[in-house]
Amino acid sequence: MAEPALSIRGLTKVYGNGFEALKGIDLDVAQGDFFALLGPNGAGKSTTLGIVCSLVQKTAGQVKIFGIDIDQDFARAKYHLGVVPQEFNFSQFEKVEDIILTQAGYYGMPMKEAKPRCERLLKDLGLWDKRSGAARMLSGGMKRRLMIARALIHRPRLLILDEPTAGVDIELRRSMWEYMRRINQEEGTSIILTTHYLEEAESLCRNIAIINRGEIVKNTSIRELLTELDTETFLLDLAEPVDAVPQVEGFEVEHIDARQLALSVRKGSDLNDAFRQLSERGVRVVSMRNRANRLEELFVSMTSQPNAAKGIDSASRESIQVKETAS
Amino acid sequence: MNTRQLLISLWTMVVKEVRRFVRIWPQTLVPPSITMTMYFIIFGNLIGSRVGEMHGISYMSYIVPGLIMMSVITNSYSNVASSFFSNKFQRSVEEMMVSPMPNWVILAGFVIGGAARGLGVGLIVTLVSLFFTDLSIHHPLMTLAVVVMTALLFSIGGFVNALLAKKFDDISIVPIFVLTPLTYLGGVFYSIDLLPDFWQSVSMVNPILYMVNAFRYGILGISDIPVAGALIAIAAFILAFWFLALWMLNHGKGIRT
Repeated sequence: MAEPALSIRGLTKVYGNGFEALKGIDLDVAQGDFFALLGPNGAGKSTTLGIVCSLVQKTAGQVKIFGIDIDQDFARAKYHLGVVPQEFNFSQFEKVEDIILTQAGYYGMPMKEAKPRCERLLKDLGLWDKRSGAARMLSGGMKRRLMIARALIHRPRLLILDEPTAGVDIELRRSMWEYMRRINQEEGTSIILTTHYLEEAESLCRNIAIINRGEIVKNTSIRELLTELDTETFLLDLAEPVDAVPQVEGFEVEHIDARQLALSVRKGSDLNDAFRQLSERGVRVVSMRNRANRLEELFVSMTSQPNAAKGIDSASRESIQVKETAS
Repeated sequence: MNTRQLLISLWTMVVKEVRRFVRIWPQTLVPPSITMTMYFIIFGNLIGSRVGEMHGISYMSYIVPGLIMMSVITNSYSNVASSFFSNKFQRSVEEMMVSPMPNWVILAGFVIGGAARGLGVGLIVTLVSLFFTDLSIHHPLMTLAVVVMTALLFSIGGFVNALLAKKFDDISIVPIFVLTPLTYLGGVFYSIDLLPDFWQSVSMVNPILYMVNAFRYGILGISDIPVAGALIAIAAFILAFWFLALWMLNHGKGIRT
């Protein structure tokens, strides 16, 4: 059996001020996987990834990258790793091309090999025209793409993307998704993604881990996770305004405004039945859409359960929703 | 990493560092040249003509080695301190930390880059000095050894300073409050023979005195102190600071949480 791209056992991190950021987490990411690591701010995502990338010192535990223990041979493990951090971490005064070629040099890559690879990445990511300009002149989205190009220059087998599309407009985000899908599917690069855009995780990732307060509270496939979704809420746009909430037996209906209703559908319910009842009451629906991303809805449902010991607290949930709304 | 990869990564580090100070040459190369020109005009030409000779050598010629050394010291130190701290500040130090480059390559890259600027400025100051005096080098190898070793030593010092620094102010404290006084009191402008016995003894604990005098010996053939001892002391300091800086890097001091 192939070694996991990333294997974490009993990973613990206690900061100098006594804060326990990670409480002995275990995590496996299979080779070729597109894996989402989700959690509210301060949950331990960045600490986990920071340890994997050697930016944070672990307190205890074991981390293996393609079977290589970072305590035994971190240098060899790092060859397999490409990192796109959350914040811009390149010299703003360097030229775009120099930033990527310098990174190639850090990996001992000869220039004659690095230059064509750099050209291809810059072209793929739409930065070729900007190659001779200083990085500070790039837009936010371009800077994110620059960091992706830089992370890929040495052909890593495991790519870590820490909120790669934060602050990126919708069109660019979609093109970045396409690119990430391509390197995952065509080049077989394993990818670990952290994001606040739950739609992004649902669209891209096959497996998911949810971390909260330094513990992994869920580790499963996205498909499996979504089957846990009890209720989905749809927003229905109406042809004519309604004054009162129509009664729909077996469903919960909420009045949003005169021309919009929210219909909550429990797992196993027949949606046709809801439409039939609405039709009988003279309510004509012209369009419908999910009120929230399904994954987000799952977060809400998970955390609304009483004593959801392994769930996400309401403040954390709020932070996720706010981010999602802001997108 | 194999030897070839190590050499490529070290070369990359050095090129990056040299490119940085060359890119901002109006801040890195020009000011020291102008400052030293002022020293040559004011201390060497105007005041120096009234001072007369020092150890049988014109005052202008006497201060040239000290001023070159002063340029090398301050520029080597401030280049690494400022460059590495900027890397910390902009977080681009993470580019190096996530790569498989060993820490000694990172350290060597910054140190060689800093020494390159120190020696570059030293060369510019030397060329400027030729407008004011004739310069014949008595012991070329000694001159080269002392100036290169001094540049390396202060580059490593700048690196340690930048590792410990938490804000930009922290990288200017040592140059202003430690290096400048020690350099001025290190026999750049005078021979310690001019000092009373007590102050001569005090001067002997100033490490920069040894560097300035060893360098002066290389160029003019005169020195206030035993030159062999100076070379050994500089080499010992280089080793001590190198291993201190490497230990700090290995333990993530100032860069890892």
